[in-house]
Amino acid sequence: MLVLVAVHALTALIAPALVRLWGRHALYLVALVPGATLAWALTQTSGVRSGEPVVETLSWVPQLGLELALRMGTLSWLMVVLVGGVGALVLAYSARYFRSDDPGLGRFAAVFVAFAGAMLGLVVSDDLLLLYVFWELTTVFSYLLIGYDPAKRASRRAAMQALLVTTLGGLAMLAGFVMLGQHAGTYRWSEVAENLPGGGYLAVALVLVLLGALSKSAIFPFSFWLPGAMAAPTPVSAYLHAAAMVKAGVFLVAMLGPAVADLSPWRPILLVTGLITMFFGGWSALRQVDLKLLLAYGTVSQLGLLMVVLGAGTRDTALAGVAMVLAHALFKATLFLTVGVVDHATGTRDLRELSGVGRRAPALAVVAGLAAASMAGLPPMAGFVAKEAAVEALLHGGTADLVVLAGVLAGSVLTVAYTLRYLWGAFADKPDVPATSVRKISWPFLAPAAVLALAGAATGLLAPAVDRLLAPYADLYRSAEPGYHLALWHGLTPALGLSALAVAGGAGLFHLMRRERVRATLRLPFDGAAAYKKSMSLIDRLAVELTGKTQRGSLPFYLGVILVVLVVLPGGALLAGSPWPQRFHLWDTPLQGLAAAVVVIAAIMAARALRRLTAMILVGVAGYGIALMFILHGAPDLALTQFLVETVTIVMFVLVLRRLPVKFSERPIRSSRRGRVAIGVAVGVVTAGMAYVAAGARQAIPISVDFPDQAVSYGGGKNVVNVTLVDIRAWDTMGEIAVLVVAATGVASLIFRHARDLDRRGDIPGGGRAESRPRWLTTGATARAQSVILQVVTRLLFHAIVLFSIYLLFSGHNAPGGGFAAGLVAGLALAVRYLAGGRTELNGAAPVDAGAVLGAGLFVAVGTGLAAMLLGGEFLQTALLDFYVPVLGKVHFVTSAFFDVGVYLIVVGLVLDILRSLGAEMDRQQETEDAEDAEAREKELV
Amino acid sequence: MTPNLTYVIVVGVLVAAGVTLLLERSLTRVLMGVILLGNGANLLLLTGGRAGAPPIVGGAPQEEMSDPLPQAMILTAIVITLGMTAFLLALAYRSWHLNGHDEVQDDVEDRRIMDLAERDEGPGDADAGTGDDDDDAEADPERSLTASADAGRAG
Repeated sequence: MLVLVAVHALTALIAPALVRLWGRHALYLVALVPGATLAWALTQTSGVRSGEPVVETLSWVPQLGLELALRMGTLSWLMVVLVGGVGALVLAYSARYFRSDDPGLGRFAAVFVAFAGAMLGLVVSDDLLLLYVFWELTTVFSYLLIGYDPAKRASRRAAMQALLVTTLGGLAMLAGFVMLGQHAGTYRWSEVAENLPGGGYLAVALVLVLLGALSKSAIFPFSFWLPGAMAAPTPVSAYLHAAAMVKAGVFLVAMLGPAVADLSPWRPILLVTGLITMFFGGWSALRQVDLKLLLAYGTVSQLGLLMVVLGAGTRDTALAGVAMVLAHALFKATLFLTVGVVDHATGTRDLRELSGVGRRAPALAVVAGLAAASMAGLPPMAGFVAKEAAVEALLHGGTADLVVLAGVLAGSVLTVAYTLRYLWGAFADKPDVPATSVRKISWPFLAPAAVLALAGAATGLLAPAVDRLLAPYADLYRSAEPGYHLALWHGLTPALGLSALAVAGGAGLFHLMRRERVRATLRLPFDGAAAYKKSMSLIDRLAVELTGKTQRGSLPFYLGVILVVLVVLPGGALLAGSPWPQRFHLWDTPLQGLAAAVVVIAAIMAARALRRLTAMILVGVAGYGIALMFILHGAPDLALTQFLVETVTIVMFVLVLRRLPVKFSERPIRSSRRGRVAIGVAVGVVTAGMAYVAAGARQAIPISVDFPDQAVSYGGGKNVVNVTLVDIRAWDTMGEIAVLVVAATGVASLIFRHARDLDRRGDIPGGGRAESRPRWLTTGATARAQSVILQVVTRLLFHAIVLFSIYLLFSGHNAPGGGFAAGLVAGLALAVRYLAGGRTELNGAAPVDAGAVLGAGLFVAVGTGLAAMLLGGEFLQTALLDFYVPVLGKVHFVTSAFFDVGVYLIVVGLVLDILRSLGAEMDRQQETEDAEDAEAREKELV
Repeated sequence: MTPNLTYVIVVGVLVAAGVTLLLERSLTRVLMGVILLGNGANLLLLTGGRAGAPPIVGGAPQEEMSDPLPQAMILTAIVITLGMTAFLLALAYRSWHLNGHDEVQDDVEDRRIMDLAERDEGPGDADAGTGDDDDDAEADPERSLTASADAGRAG
């Protein structure tokens, strides 16, 4: 069984390719897959007849107790036969229904066969969770099939409606399953059924499960989605909405029935909702003029009947119920297929426009007539046998059963009436309607419907054989009396009399309805469609209001909210809970106060600056001030790095700011500015409070007290900070250099762009370049504009600086320095070359691609780590090597130096990337624009 | 360890100035806010460890050394800020190049939803079945987009 499901899935994957190759003929090939399912099921017949289920189990998620537990008993076998058989025939029909150039055909084939696979999985699942998964898969595939034509609004809406309603039910069902499964400690239905809870718990679980079944099978109050789903192509309606998917709910009721039929409130819910559905569905069918909608309402009505019969929950009604499932699948699929044929042959499904079709297409009329006879319950069709069984079973029940019987008979009257309406509407000669022209109907188009109709007749004629096949399911109901047997002829029984009465009543009703006078409007006590619409628009409105309130789309607003929360919550906690340190010191050395004053003044002025350059310089001053504080703190590595980074930052800013306007755009309105400052000050105060409390709160000994010893013994270096970076916390550094590579890539991709549509829009109002302002610091491609002396000096210095950076790199293990600082120094050397001589100088200094440098750095860094692993250590573990080299003498080498080399290369690569993007490429773009402007000016002159 | 009041004050001022700039719309200002904020955060980390002699073995006795762990963390943070600065600068330049300014705009789609909320309307999606306005939007996306963009800039 698992193999069959897998074959369906695989076929779904290749179906579009097959359709592309062979057009609609590929559907015949695809039809082989459900056909194989049918064939396999037929080979299992003898085992099923003896009541032996076929079982397959495969462990799936053992942690959740989830297993692919499949089990095919009688009921499942029947469903597999229907799913496979009807599926194959409908696909064969589709091969004539669609045109080869239909753009949606490949998708149709794929989704259809996927649906058949999901349905197959659903009916053979023993595990309730697995059943749920397949259940939702059928929902999703049916959504795709109903929405076959995504360009049509009706089709989209119907698909969405079916999806929402059945998913809602499915979720309720899942909750019910979970309740049952948690109680039983297993989700295998065959075991859960033995171990059911009781009382209110069980009642809630059953109601939830029934919600799923009722919504799936379009039972009141969920009936409305099924007629809407008729927006789908006819083959889809025939399969999903007659034979397969809507039967899932019926199947579930039938599957659970033997164990829960006598438990409250199972039976009352099914009987009441089923009867309502049957009656109103039948009545609505009588008032339709679209043949397909007529059948759709008929299906709703029949599903109601099925629920009633299966819900009655005795051995005999169960037998009648499964016989009815079989009969209904056969005749309803046939009828839908014939409607599709009529539609294709005449171009309409409106019974007011059709006339004389029966005379022009007699074969079609015979096929439809056979199926209709089955639907109306005429002998010798399957529908007759099933209905007899139901009437007989209810006749011998209690008072409640007799009430139900009355309802069922009333439903039968309606069924006969709308069956006649269908036959009359589709095939009869109507005196006041001109005869419809009928195109020739090819036999492959009609054959699938004919096969189904004949199967219906055969089922009726072979009723005793069918009885033997289906009886094992009915026998699951414990029953003392010897049971009923399906047969065509039981003698002149009261049941036969009632059937005859129903047929006569139906004929009479149809006759009355034709006079058009009794078209009384019957309204459902509760309109599901209106409730659906109302709740949908309510949810939509709620979503809009909520989104409109919370999602303002404004970055400052979002940040503001986050920051206010920061002030309120941690700030409040700070005020409420923490013990504030009583002792503090003003500074470690008075010099700190001096540096702090510089930083504070620069930061405040930067926040108030109106010019970009001023702000940039002030931010830089603050940064250098911080570096000074690092020195005074006793952190030379930090100070070194901060100085270098600050310098590189200034270079970057200058490169970009030369293109941006001098001033910031006009300041925002005063009130919102006050708000910003207020939030800023509040956050600053809270952060300062946190700093104050945190610094005094430490009680444990810092982990870093052991670092100096470890640095020497494991890391082989004296500079503890550097060893921390490349060894003790090397993973941090690894992550960080990865971020740097990403940032560099981002910068390059923002500046280098070739897509024309992303190019500047110099002509939009208020936009464009600052044409009138003098340009500064433009470093041209050639050296014509630059100072020659500067160039020469930088060339002389360049190698010395690079050499110094390499010294920093290798000495960094024992003295201030290391990969970061060294890389920044080398990067600054490149920056100086670029500033002095433009991009030719830069290319001369570093004739490599920045990406290559970055990649090489990452390669070296990761390679160091992996090499340590290959040699049996941990990732990035350091090894100390002491060896003797003839000339140099004793050499002490630490492998983490390689890692630092990787870091060095990445930092150099980053700076090079920045210079290439924000420097050289921006120059080039400027020159291009200048050239374009000059050209435009020349044109104007001409 | 007692708190160093100088650090506490500098952290507070840097964060206050940084946040104020961060809440602006000009990307350049936002970027400067990020830098100031970053410096403040670094200093905040530094207050977690004691000051002292450089943490280089052999230079000073171990007890007098400053705490090396926050330093290692700050060092990576400084360099990451560099990468981030470069990225934001590129972003600001790109924004200026495309739009003629480097301001962070309000999200156009969000603005449309707010308009809907003000008019007490639903999303009017085709499949919800309330209106036809999705077709209108398809017919003239340019118009509605520019209108909302203007609204965003004004707000």
